[in-house]
Amino acid sequence: MSEQEVTFERIFHAKPGMVFRAFTDPDLVARWWVAADEKIEVETLEPRAGGSWRFVNTDADGTNVFHGVYHSVAEDRIVQTFEYSEFPGVVLLETLTFTDLGDGRTRFTDTSVFPATAAETYGGGGGAAESMDRLDALLRTL
Amino acid sequence: MSDLDATFAALADPVRRAIITRLAAGEATPGELAEPFPITLQAISKHLKVLERAGLITRGRDAQRRPCRLRPEPLDDSADWIAAHRTRTDERYDRLEQLLHDMKERP
Repeated sequence: MSEQEVTFERIFHAKPGMVFRAFTDPDLVARWWVAADEKIEVETLEPRAGGSWRFVNTDADGTNVFHGVYHSVAEDRIVQTFEYSEFPGVVLLETLTFTDLGDGRTRFTDTSVFPATAAETYGGGGGAAESMDRLDALLRTL
Repeated sequence: MSDLDATFAALADPVRRAIITRLAAGEATPGELAEPFPITLQAISKHLKVLERAGLITRGRDAQRRPCRLRPEPLDDSADWIAAHRTRTDERYDRLEQLLHDMKERP
């Protein structure tokens, strides 16, 4: 795994077809994509190669738009881009996989590749010294 | 180009990353920064302009020396964004897990 990747993995107690539906059916997406105190409008959801997706989230702080295009869509694998309105131009490449575990469960992975940075730079806080530590960690991975 | 995009673009070059590493140790003049590289002062100057536009360095007012200083804030912004994305996505998949569980109970 390169340092520019972030991977999420889950075992879902559902068959792969159901998990795939949760990602591609607008009504289902709306039920998990945002927290209870947020609203979501699934403006566009075209799960096919070349299709696009666009979700508008609204919470107490305002409106955020998430959008991207589908590169390829199969029952066991979706490849898409991901962009957030707050940081236009920073485009993630996301690969989602749905692997049948054969016992009614599905292994799900999300591998997100960022333009150029490193997992080691995670962490908040301020202060020049901490900034330097993070800079040092970042530069070592580039 | 957004600020964050400019940061990523500025860091995509090995010479500019080496300059940033050198400046993390303290301020330096363009001449001092050029020393380790087999490239012209003019080429270094171009790299410094890219870094300055991305807000990663500031230049001193001294017209003779124009010392460069590191300004690490944009690096914090990019790190913060990735951290926020990771938390948000984790929470999202937690909700998906719950939804799939609920649908099994009450399809």
